[in-house]
Amino acid sequence: MRILIRRGRVIDPATNHDAEKDVLIEEGRIKRVAKDINVRRRDRTIVINAKGLVVSPGLIDIHCHLREPGFEFKETIETGTLSAVKGGFTSLVCMANTDPVNDNRSVTEFILRKAKEEGYSRVFPCGAVTKGTKGEELAEIGEMVAAGIVAISDDGRPVRNASVLRKALEYIKIFPIPLISHCEDPDLSVGCVNEGFFSLITGLEGNPDIAEELMVIRDIRIARYVDSRIHITHLSTRGSVEAIREEKKRFNKVTCDTCPHYFTLTEESIISFDPNFKVNPPLRSKSDVEAIKEGLKEGVIDIISTDHAPHEMASKDLEFNIASSGISGLETALALSLSLYHEGVLDLKELIRKLTINPARLINQPYGMLCEGAIADVIVFDPYMEWVVDREKFASKGKNTPFHGWKLKGKNLLTILDGKIVYHDPHLPIDS
Amino acid sequence: MEWKRKDLLGIRELSKEEILLVLEVAESFKEVSKRDIKKVPTLRGKTVITLFFEPSTRTRTSFEIAAKRLSADTINISASTSSVTKGETLKDTALNLESMRPDVIVIRHSYPGAPHLLARILKSSIVNAGDGAHEHPTQALLDLFTIREKKGRIENLKVTIVGDIAHSRVARSNIYCLRKFGNEVICCGPPSLIPPHLDSLGVRVEYKLENAVRDADVIMALRIQKERGGISSIPSVREYASLYGLRKEHVSMAKDDVIIMHPGPMNRGIEIMDEVADGPYSVILDQVENGVAVRMAILYLLLGKGE
Repeated sequence: MRILIRRGRVIDPATNHDAEKDVLIEEGRIKRVAKDINVRRRDRTIVINAKGLVVSPGLIDIHCHLREPGFEFKETIETGTLSAVKGGFTSLVCMANTDPVNDNRSVTEFILRKAKEEGYSRVFPCGAVTKGTKGEELAEIGEMVAAGIVAISDDGRPVRNASVLRKALEYIKIFPIPLISHCEDPDLSVGCVNEGFFSLITGLEGNPDIAEELMVIRDIRIARYVDSRIHITHLSTRGSVEAIREEKKRFNKVTCDTCPHYFTLTEESIISFDPNFKVNPPLRSKSDVEAIKEGLKEGVIDIISTDHAPHEMASKDLEFNIASSGISGLETALALSLSLYHEGVLDLKELIRKLTINPARLINQPYGMLCEGAIADVIVFDPYMEWVVDREKFASKGKNTPFHGWKLKGKNLLTILDGKIVYHDPHLPIDS
Repeated sequence: MEWKRKDLLGIRELSKEEILLVLEVAESFKEVSKRDIKKVPTLRGKTVITLFFEPSTRTRTSFEIAAKRLSADTINISASTSSVTKGETLKDTALNLESMRPDVIVIRHSYPGAPHLLARILKSSIVNAGDGAHEHPTQALLDLFTIREKKGRIENLKVTIVGDIAHSRVARSNIYCLRKFGNEVICCGPPSLIPPHLDSLGVRVEYKLENAVRDADVIMALRIQKERGGISSIPSVREYASLYGLRKEHVSMAKDDVIIMHPGPMNRGIEIMDEVADGPYSVILDQVENGVAVRMAILYLLLGKGE
C-alpha cells in the first residue's frame, strides 16, 4: 500500500521541519517528503488531500493505563489502543498497576502478545520498580527489559523508601531505560483535592502542593547523586516546575511531563463535588496552572502525557472522596494540548515536539519522526476544527471525563501506523 | 420573598433574604411546640425520610419531631439498618428510596458532597443534615435564630468560635451565616486545628483563648472531631482542655451579656467546663429547642408552601 498525503503542513520537530509538502509513504516507511510528488501507478495509491491540515508524526503517550490484565471492565488493550489511534496516538507506554502487577517477565510478555494480536497502536509496557509496586523489593527489572519494557515506574504511588529508590536508580544504569516517578509524599497526601481555599469550603481533605514538591526534590537529588536517568511524571504544581527548572541547570538526566488537565482545569471545579474532576495528583490553583504553562513554554516540561485512566462509571458514581481518580484522556489530549497553541503558549512545532520526539527519546524508541526513511507512524489533524466532546462516542471504555459537552478546537482526522491507515475520521475524504 | 430552592445543601449559597425568611417562618412555628396539642396539619400526606449514615441523637430527633408536628409521615433509616452494609452504593440507595416517592430526604453523611450527589439525581428535596467537614446548614440557622432571640439582633456582634475548626462543618456553616450579616467572627484553636486559608472567609484567627473571648457577644464551643482525625492534630485531650477548655474566667472576659453556645454533643471537662455549660450564660438547651422550629420552617419552605 502506498499513501500520498498532499499539501499538508508537514511538521517534524526532530528535524526542525515545518513547511507545506507532500508525504509519500511506502512499505511502512516515509519514502519521500517533498513538494509536488508525482507518483506513477496512481491506481495503487491512496491519495489524501491535506491542504490546510497538519501532517505530524504519530503521537506518543508515555503515561497511560490500559488496565489489562485484571481490570478489563475498565479498559482493554484493544479498546485502549483504539481510543489512542482515534486521538492521534500511535505509541503508548502503559503503566504497571494492573492485576497482576507488571513486575515480571510473564506479565510483560502477556501485554505485548495481546497488543500484537488485538492492538491498534504500538504498546510499550512500563514495568514496576518494586514487586507488586509495594515499594519494598526491586522487581526483576532485567528480565522485564529483555521481554520489552521501556521504563520502570510504581505509578499510582511513589517509591516511599528513599533507599529502595536509590537502588532502583543505580540498577537501571545498565539498561537504556528511565525511572518514571509519581511524586507525592504519601503521609502528606491523605486527601483527595488540592489543599487551599477549595478544600476549606468543600470540607474535602486536601493534599498540599508541597506533598508533590518534596518528593520531586527528593527524587531528582537521589538521581543526581547516583547519576541515573529519572523522569518525573504528571507535574501539577508551581514548586515542582521551579525545582526541575533549577535541577536542569546542573543535571542533564532529569526530564518531566504534565497532562492536559493540569494546564486546563483548576481546583475550582471540585466545588460541584463531581468526581469526574478527581485526579491524582489533584487539580491545583490558577497560579499552578500558569506555572505549568510557563514550564511548557520554557522547555522545563519536556513532554505532554495523558495519564489516560479509564474507569467504569460505577467507580465514579460515588461520593467524591471514595470515587476513583483519573480521566479517560486519550481522545481529548490533542485538542486540549492545541489550546496551548491557540493561546500562544507554544507554536505548533514545539507542541508536537512534546508529543512525539521528546517522548520517543525518553523511551529510546525510533518513532516520533517524519523524515525520509522514518517508520511511517503519521497523523493528519485539523488544528482548527471545532467539535463537542461526547463521552458516549469515546472508543475507550472509560467514559470518565470532565470535558463532556465541552467545545474543543482541533481534531485528529487520520492515523497511519507502520504505513497503514488504522483510523480515519469521516470528515476527511480519502481517494483511493 | 419567595423560597425557590429545591434543596437545602449549605449556607454558603444562601442570600441574606433567604436566611431571614427561614427565621421568620421558624418564629411562627415556635409557638406550635408550646401548645397543648403540638401539631398542625400543614404537611399532611407528605413523607419525610431521614437517612443518617453517621450517629446522631439531636439532629435526627429534631428533624423527626419537626416533621411530625407538621403532620408529615416520617421514616428513619440509619446506616446500621440499611443495605449499605450489604455493599449498596449511595446512589442506588437513593434511587430505591426515591421509588417510594418521599417528598424530602434529610441526609447526614461523613463524606462531604454526599447530599449534593443525591440532589443531582433525585426529584425529592434534599436537606443536608451534616456532610463531613463541609456544612451543617440547619445548625447554623438555628444558631442564628437563637442569637436573635437572645441578643435581639444578628448584626454588629462579636462571635468567637473555639475548637476543632479544621474538621467542623458547624464552624463553616456558622462562619458563612454570621459573615453574611457583617458580624465579626473570631476562630480560636490550636494552629493544627485551624485549616489553611481560613482567613479568606473573612474571619480573624486567634490562637490564644484569652484574646479570642475578650468582649465577645457570643462564644461557641466545638468538640474535637475524633471521627475526622481531630485527635491526631493535638498531643493529648488533657493538654487541649488546659489550653482551650472554656472556663468561668473566660466567660468573665467577654461582654456582660455574653451567651455560650454549643452544637452538641458536649464533652464536659474538655472543650467546656460544667460551670460554663450549666452556668447562667449558657443557651445550649435553647439551641436544641429552637432546632425544632427552624427545621419545621425548612421542611415547610421546601415543600412549596413558602409563597
